[in-house]
Amino acid sequence: MRYAETGFNLEIDLTRRNIERVATDPTDTALYMGGLGTNAKLLWDRVPPETDAFAPENLLIFGAGILCGTLAPGCNRTIVSTISPLTNLMAFSMMGGFWAPELKYAGYDKVVLRGKSSDLVYIWIHNDKVEIRDASHLKGKGAIETAEILRKELDEPKAQVSAIGLAGENRVYYASIEQGRSSASRGGIGAVMGDKGVKAIVVRGTKDINVAQPAEYLKLCNEVLEFIKFREKNPIPGVIPILGVLGSPQEMAIHDEKWHTENFMWGNARTRRKEFWTDDVDKEWLKTMEVSRKRLISCYNCPLKCGATISIPGLPTYMMKCFSKLTYTMAAYSNLDFGLRIAQRATEYGVDGYSAPQVMAFALELLENGILTAEDFPGMPEDSDGRFYWLLDRIVRREGIGDILANGTHWAANHIGNGAHEYAHNNIKKQEQLPLKLSMLNPIYFLMYATGEKISITQIEGQFPQGPFPELKDREEFCADWFQVPDEKFKQYFLDWEPRGEKSNPYYPTVEMCCDIVDWQERMHYIDDALGMCAGLSSFHMKAAYHIHNLPKFITYGAGIEMDEEAISFAAKRYRTLVRAINISRGMRRKDEKPPADHWKKRFPELEKELLDTYYKYKGWNNNGIPTEEFLREMGLDYVADDFLQRGIYDEVVEEVLDTETKSMEGANNAG
Amino acid sequence: MQAEKKKKVIKTIRIDVDKCNGCRACEVICSSFHASPKYSSNNPARSRIRVIRDPIADIYVPVYAGEYAVAECAGRDKYTIDGKEYDECAFCRASCPSRSEFKEPDSGLPLKCDMCSSDPTLEKPLCVQWCLADALIYEEREEEVSEETTVDELEVDLDALANKYGLNKLNELLAKMTLAKKG
Ligand code: SF4
Ligand code: SF4
Repeated sequence: MRYAETGFNLEIDLTRRNIERVATDPTDTALYMGGLGTNAKLLWDRVPPETDAFAPENLLIFGAGILCGTLAPGCNRTIVSTISPLTNLMAFSMMGGFWAPELKYAGYDKVVLRGKSSDLVYIWIHNDKVEIRDASHLKGKGAIETAEILRKELDEPKAQVSAIGLAGENRVYYASIEQGRSSASRGGIGAVMGDKGVKAIVVRGTKDINVAQPAEYLKLCNEVLEFIKFREKNPIPGVIPILGVLGSPQEMAIHDEKWHTENFMWGNARTRRKEFWTDDVDKEWLKTMEVSRKRLISCYNCPLKCGATISIPGLPTYMMKCFSKLTYTMAAYSNLDFGLRIAQRATEYGVDGYSAPQVMAFALELLENGILTAEDFPGMPEDSDGRFYWLLDRIVRREGIGDILANGTHWAANHIGNGAHEYAHNNIKKQEQLPLKLSMLNPIYFLMYATGEKISITQIEGQFPQGPFPELKDREEFCADWFQVPDEKFKQYFLDWEPRGEKSNPYYPTVEMCCDIVDWQERMHYIDDALGMCAGLSSFHMKAAYHIHNLPKFITYGAGIEMDEEAISFAAKRYRTLVRAINISRGMRRKDEKPPADHWKKRFPELEKELLDTYYKYKGWNNNGIPTEEFLREMGLDYVADDFLQRGIYDEVVEEVLDTETKSMEGANNAG
Repeated sequence: MQAEKKKKVIKTIRIDVDKCNGCRACEVICSSFHASPKYSSNNPARSRIRVIRDPIADIYVPVYAGEYAVAECAGRDKYTIDGKEYDECAFCRASCPSRSEFKEPDSGLPLKCDMCSSDPTLEKPLCVQWCLADALIYEEREEEVSEETTVDELEVDLDALANKYGLNKLNELLAKMTLAKKG
């Protein structure tokens, strides 16, 4: 018997309209765990580097984490993986909500889509009954609207729906997949779904998910709940509120936005407004929130309530989470009321809340600087709010300038030319980033930005404090109950870290320490992504409820696969390497691994070079960021090593790079 | 016949729908507790508490499985509270032919909340323990009640089967099974 997982994937060929229930190999679970790990294995095996995002051979994989559907609190992630139209690299965006557990109860660990349907369809999974159905009546409908229509139509109020909006249908490179209170937004995976002609996947399941050692498993879960209660009563002192408590950033509950609005950049990620958060703003935004926010809501089997139902008078209700609360507001130099209103439309259209606002601000900056002209924006309103609505409407329909902007700032700048690249300044590996611009290089963050393959900082950071605490006694206090560390040395790193002087950024933590810290933080995220665990209870947090000491036990008692800290770390390293291997085979190299040039004012090219050199070695990669043959064999990834040898990937001449300029990575055939 | 008065502990769960965040932890732990062996599996479709949930309409009603009903109601009521219209059966505890709630997914047999009856008795039902939102609050009080006849679970199940297939069919089947067992 398989525990925690169902042991079956649903393989759907949209071209041939063929549906198969395929038993999976339990040895793959032992090697790659589940979720992201086995998603990566499927992509490696079946999508060669010559295949681009919109080729029928590209797979779109919805993988439930291995422990989704069990008692583990907050374990509800669907990991969606495919080749991204934006980056031509592997995209792996996660969504919380309720979809992954429902899929498990229906009897499947993954839905693997391939091929393309010529007509718009939706997929209806009801336990053993799986159908591809006509969705022509849903064409152009909003993502949330679609979910509501389908639940009614099928008379299945408990069915869970993942759907795309107009942006996905029109293959906007940053289209998201929406699922009620959650969404998988990064990397344009919604565009791939639209390209495959799939409007929605509806799931209803009523079967059992078993665990291997029930009593032990329950005990672990109860300990997690106890810790959640403890943390709720005892926030971590000395850090900003969203980091002091558990959960995805508590943007819906916490009203005070002084920190974000004064430290993050406005407009096209350029302008800091240091005195923004006045009493008047405080009052006005509080009122907006109180009028609009109906209820704080959770994902499946989680008490954290990171989302909210938002009902603005006159607009359809939607659900919001995290930072999209501010991204539109700040890009448009507007207020919270505008932010919540446009987010309603953007959620129905289904676009990434990080990229979309930035693309629009970028377009307006090009207009302001004469690189685009008024003729490119016929009929656009004068006011900033109006302009954003106007642009959003055009982008998701790919009308006029919207067609160019729909490909993201990188490709739009390529198309526009005339110096437009200067304005696509906040990207990593072609993907828009959070609007943060800082002063002094932080070596830990440098490595995370450069090498993180989720290409979103929130999906690699956590665990280790973001900056030093000023007072030694505060640091000591922080370390006193910091049992989550994998090794005592991390406490020492933190104790010695000072805001100023010899032991401060950028030369402390030392290069070697940075490697340890980054590797630990990244490892925890990769483990979460295989288990289906929410980072909000785990890897995103310092002192989280889940950590390296209890996670292996969850696998052992839940999935019945013997794990300890070493084994889980080794497995995570294996599929993390596989993700890199996929990207390396698609042309990603050291030259692409860099934060936006203006991310920090004070840069240290020599040090940055040393950081990358050392970290690559630490990870088992050569100086060009390619996993070495020896390391691959050590990981049991001989098939990757053989492929790399055959493709001559190790024969490439490594170019020395020592500039901090944003040099763009020109992917092969991706501009269309 | 006049029933004898007796002291009885009434167990109640106070449900605050305003506090419910829709997480369904109550369903998860309930189905796990009632699995056999205990906690060995999960399946909200077997749970004896259901969250009637419509996030867009902001409707969240945790409902406990009550008695089994032979037939569906003849007339139904719709409630509007605070401008929100609740489904006809939203507050009903019955396992009844009109809906799929409170029935075992494969057999269709009725489910009923037993307040996590177990030996030793739990301090609080598990749904209450797992609802960190405090939407479910457990209370006990003593009341004088007339002694009632208790219907055990098997009887309820059999009754349901009899209603579904007819008593004759059930008798036939039982006879057949008895013969088969004897060999
Ligand atoms: S912590 Fe928040 S985002 Fe994570 S599972 Fe819980 S409610 Fe969802
Ligand atoms: S556990 Fe509590 S908050 Fe969660 S759905 Fe049940 S009643 Fe609502």
